Amino acid sequence: MNEAKILIYDGSFNGYLTAVFQAFEQKLSIADIQKEENAQSGLFSDAEIIYTDVIKSKRVWNGIQKKNNTAIKNIYFAFLSETKGIELLLYRYIQKLFSKTEVLHLNFSDDIVLKVSQLAKSVGREKHRMEAFVRFQLTKDDIYFANIEPDFNVLPLISKHFKGRYADQQWLIYDVKRKYGIFYNLKTVEFITLDMDDIHCNKTQKSNVFTDGEYEYQDLWNNYFKSTNIASRVNLKLHTQHVPKRYWKYLSEKKAV
Amino acid sequence: MSFERIKEKLNILADAAKYDVSCSSSGSNRSNKNKGLGDSTGMGICHTYTEDGRCVSLLKILLTNHCIFDCAYCVTRKSNDIKRAAFKIQEAVDLTINFYRRNYIEGLFLSSGIFKSPDYTMERLIAVAKKLRLEENFNGYIHLKSIPGASDELMYEAGLYADRLSVNIEVPTISGLKLLAPDKKHEDFTKPMLKVKNEILLYKAEKKIIKSTPIYAPAGQSTQMIIGATGESDKDIMYSATHYYKKYNMKRVYYSGYVPVAEDSRLPAIGSQVPMLRENRLYQTDWLLRFYGFNVKEILNDTHPNLDIDVDPKLSWALRNLAEFPIDINTAEPRMLARIPGLGMNSVYKIINARKYRKLSFDHLKKIGVALNRAKYFMICNGNDFTHKDLQAIQIKGLILQNSQGKFRANYSAQLSLFN
Repeated sequence: MNEAKILIYDGSFNGYLTAVFQAFEQKLSIADIQKEENAQSGLFSDAEIIYTDVIKSKRVWNGIQKKNNTAIKNIYFAFLSETKGIELLLYRYIQKLFSKTEVLHLNFSDDIVLKVSQLAKSVGREKHRMEAFVRFQLTKDDIYFANIEPDFNVLPLISKHFKGRYADQQWLIYDVKRKYGIFYNLKTVEFITLDMDDIHCNKTQKSNVFTDGEYEYQDLWNNYFKSTNIASRVNLKLHTQHVPKRYWKYLSEKKAV
Repeated sequence: MSFERIKEKLNILADAAKYDVSCSSSGSNRSNKNKGLGDSTGMGICHTYTEDGRCVSLLKILLTNHCIFDCAYCVTRKSNDIKRAAFKIQEAVDLTINFYRRNYIEGLFLSSGIFKSPDYTMERLIAVAKKLRLEENFNGYIHLKSIPGASDELMYEAGLYADRLSVNIEVPTISGLKLLAPDKKHEDFTKPMLKVKNEILLYKAEKKIIKSTPIYAPAGQSTQMIIGATGESDKDIMYSATHYYKKYNMKRVYYSGYVPVAEDSRLPAIGSQVPMLRENRLYQTDWLLRFYGFNVKEILNDTHPNLDIDVDPKLSWALRNLAEFPIDINTAEPRMLARIPGLGMNSVYKIINARKYRKLSFDHLKKIGVALNRAKYFMICNGNDFTHKDLQAIQIKGLILQNSQGKFRANYSAQLSLFN
């Protein structure tokens, strides 16, 4: 019998799918699949480094998609949750998917299926929240700029939404936690890494990179937020349930003015 | 543009518009074309929530709070001594566009007090929407409030630019309307509704033949009723709502617990509690009718004209109809699954799919997310006998209440607090 292997990949989704390809092609017995930045070799298993190969990863993607559309979506979303051990969980999920003829992703009585669909749901929820809670600020060079700090890596999931909606303005959404952003230049959306010491946070202090009108509109929004509240119906518990505190620092209506 | 002046207007005119509960920005199919601004396909987005917990997805403002009418329940009625203001058409447009570009909102909800005449007011509302669509190439969501008594021609034009139109019926019964809004006639509300309904039907029919037919109010129409201002029963309210759903093809009926805004002998006094729990129960009932296959007569009728306050309407119905239970999770039709208290439509969907693979047990249901503390009295699972068959409705209710912590429970508990 083959010794169980640990596959090390570069952390990208394509890299992960390449690892899955390798595992299936060589019929490996897998001990774990790990990102290179935090790889640990197991005592009794060999580690093998996987080089991302877009053609191979595409074949895995297509293979799963052909099996089931929801399954590939669940896998991608759950992968972006960056949960510890997600690689192995998804590998088991994919194995199940290919070993069975039934519509696996609906079998909610299976622990792995339930877990993957729950993770995918959490990521989906945060994707939706980021579509809601992005607050653009207009810079003097005419770019609508926003910072976000999501729990999950949802930038790749929200670019389509913003591209469809803001087709006539340049915008940049920057993930403070993961240090990369997506930028729309009126034609395409690009991934960019920025080396910004001075992140233009939505903090109270004003920055001279933004237009003067910018703060006027934030002020108007802040005022609107207050005057649309009905004091005799206040329900702060419900409020924080909908707008979790961890997002507040980037919300202009939550600024103390 | 002076921001100070705009700010003052916004404060006044948002404050007056906040009693409109409709906040929906979904169900429209106006997608971004020619690289314009905005997109309203499918799902709406709530961009923030006020401290009272209501969603903010649209810039909800009045064009003006001047009004020639004197409806007792309304904060902008002419006899009320408040600051008045009015937006210029361009000001409303600029606010919408700039809020939208910053991703604060999904679009505009524009209502108005009535100045001069219903038609004059309606024309100005339409002018805002028209400017947004034609000059700003704006494809975000627009909800226009139809002015009671506006003419058919204007209702037609409004639908060409708005995603949704609505007239608030406000008072659920005709006699109540006479009492509180003596200037208005019932037909002032229903005539524009009927026009919009017919235009939508016409649009749908024509669209099948001529693809280029201009879209008309793609998100349909809605209405709103004030709850607890006059003495109507829950039955009156829900029967009236059912009437509007059926007769006028309403997308939504909203229920708004009356917030006392006037000292008036016909109305609850200022400072009386807003009937939020009652409002909540009405929404739950509305859901049961629209998504769970209930008929309004099953839930409210002459022997049971008001909803229970201490339990939700589905549980209340189940307790009155114990003969229908227990329901077998592994074999029952979806329609019956949906009638088990504690089971939402999501759980029903998951159960139907999961039970194809194996018999489900209580453990499975728990993981799926069923509220077992309610559901367990009404169902049987694999490997579990129905142990509650001898319990009476009142006993089941007691057990459920004992083990639940409803958000409103404290308000209605008979237990006095020791340290207050």
